[in-house]
Amino acid sequence: MAGGSAAYTGVDFYDMDSLLSEEERAVRDTVRSWVDDHLMPVIGDCYIEGRFPKELIPGMAELGLFGANLPEEYGCAGLNNVAYGLIMQELERGDSGIRSFASVQGALVMYPVYAFGSEEQKKYWLPKMAAGEEIGCFGLTEPDFGSNPGGLITTARETADGWVLNGTKMWITNGSQATVSIIWAKTGDIDDAKSIRGFIVPTNLPGFTAKDQKGKLSLRASDTSELHLQDVHVPKDAILPLSGGLKSPLMCLTQARYGIAWGGVGAAMACFDEARSYAANRIMFDKPIAATQIQQERLAEMLTEITKGQLLVLQLGRLKDKGTMTPSQVSLAKRNNINMACECAREARRLLGGNGILIEYHSMRHMANLESVYTYEGTHDMHSLILGQEITGIAAY
Amino acid sequence: MTYFRKRIDMKIAICLRRVPDTTAKIVIGPSGVAIDEAGVKFVPNPYDEYALEAGLALVGAAGAGETVVVGFAGDSVQETLRTALAMGVDRAVHLQGTPTADGLANARVLADHLRDGGYDLILFGKLAVDDYGQQTGVMVAELLGLPCATAISSLSVDGGVATVTREVEGGVENATCALPAVLTCDKGLNTPRLPSLKGIMAAKKKPLDIVPVTVGESRVTVVSLAMPPERAAGRMLGEGAAAVPALITALTTEAKVL
Repeated sequence: MAGGSAAYTGVDFYDMDSLLSEEERAVRDTVRSWVDDHLMPVIGDCYIEGRFPKELIPGMAELGLFGANLPEEYGCAGLNNVAYGLIMQELERGDSGIRSFASVQGALVMYPVYAFGSEEQKKYWLPKMAAGEEIGCFGLTEPDFGSNPGGLITTARETADGWVLNGTKMWITNGSQATVSIIWAKTGDIDDAKSIRGFIVPTNLPGFTAKDQKGKLSLRASDTSELHLQDVHVPKDAILPLSGGLKSPLMCLTQARYGIAWGGVGAAMACFDEARSYAANRIMFDKPIAATQIQQERLAEMLTEITKGQLLVLQLGRLKDKGTMTPSQVSLAKRNNINMACECAREARRLLGGNGILIEYHSMRHMANLESVYTYEGTHDMHSLILGQEITGIAAY
Repeated sequence: MTYFRKRIDMKIAICLRRVPDTTAKIVIGPSGVAIDEAGVKFVPNPYDEYALEAGLALVGAAGAGETVVVGFAGDSVQETLRTALAMGVDRAVHLQGTPTADGLANARVLADHLRDGGYDLILFGKLAVDDYGQQTGVMVAELLGLPCATAISSLSVDGGVATVTREVEGGVENATCALPAVLTCDKGLNTPRLPSLKGIMAAKKKPLDIVPVTVGESRVTVVSLAMPPERAAGRMLGEGAAAVPALITALTTEAKVL
């Protein structure tokens, strides 16, 4: 009785499907099928081996999963933000690490090129990134500047023919396999956050090194790396001309966090689906454990929270498509949905009893992954403080 | 599977049915002769997906030609037709009407539409997984006077000839037929592609022609539908080698299969 022995059909207690367009459902179904056929068969082994399944990149690109909400003229799918969110949901139903890969490529690498790049940069880079020919990473966080990125100490100094970059970046998803990076650095004084600019930096340049961070107990099917830039020379046109100040990387993070809020729903749906199926089939005291009140309470709580999270991100997506979504609305969704997913994964793992600690089942893998998701892209606590500031007008950080 | 062909601009029709998802929980509707469609997810008939993939692969390998998907059903089939367009089919035709339980009446509707289409190949799934009629493809071939190979599990086209493999009881049958021809497709023929996200967006801009049709009299009437009886739960006879004697006894005296 392996986990997910029946086909995965999602969780839709409030007829969310009726709120989606035909295209949105088609996108969701395509990604769901892809996850079933290509990711689920390998994810357990990848997780145990600590390996990102890079052999899946061409297939993901062929489907159009990278930067799917960016325009068709740059080789992207041109989807709306709800369809984009559904992609993230379905990828994270498989594994948070795979969703992270797509989030970084689309929201943290392609988006800044699209939003802050010149037309030449967009025409050159975006089609290659959409096709998976160039894999990107996003270099903002530093060893001593995580929740406080404005304090970063990586520098970019202008020379006669370009820029020289120096600094260290940490916790960089895709770092060691990336062919290109978006590096955020200060062009002015080290305490001048307004001088932060973005640079497109190929990772094969002299002075650029990436090292995998070892010993992770979470997101094991995803590469996390440390980047070192020592006198890395880039040409003048490496700078993203429209980037300026801390606001630019934060705009990228808003894009990524939006997708993460959807992703949390996907991970929680996977855990609920597994828990429901297990509870129905696991016999103890001559009856399925689903017949016990304590497991029913677990399942009821999970379904309730998942349904709330689904409605939350759907409305958030509609606001994003209307152009009225605010960063603090995204904070609320990321904070709520990832916390919700953490709780669902933990309760599902507990419902699965001893079997729940095996890689053959998915809940514990999700549970461990989600601890990273809880912590990255604005920790849960930081999002509390962002909301606190929104409510009171007083910054407490 | 390898496709070889020399002719260019092959024109291929694929006939498509919309069926309940095979994982859907089926409930019989109040009429007693149809299922309750509320809350049931519908998908392209899985065997028709092999036909779609075969058509797309043939035209794709040739780099020229046209694929047309044809669906005879109520309006809900348009979503299924758009799935085919999203997979890469060039255009769709919705024969708008209500199919009957009489395979021949339905086949006449399709044949009348396909007759003057100039198709080199007309592809069907070998059956639709909802009613298991297994009639439409062969009847359309007969009505059009075309050769037909059923339940093919491999296909190549060279010049004006299709070479197919059919899995028959205890072996494999290799056959050829001259084009134009009608083929019905079986599992194993190929692995159907997923619609890409760009394909889904492009599908909205592809032509989907709606052609109202009238279907002839049905000589078959569905009298009632019934769910299969529930299978009784299995019985545990024990574990490991110790259970073998009891198992042998049960297979001999109860199941009477030994």
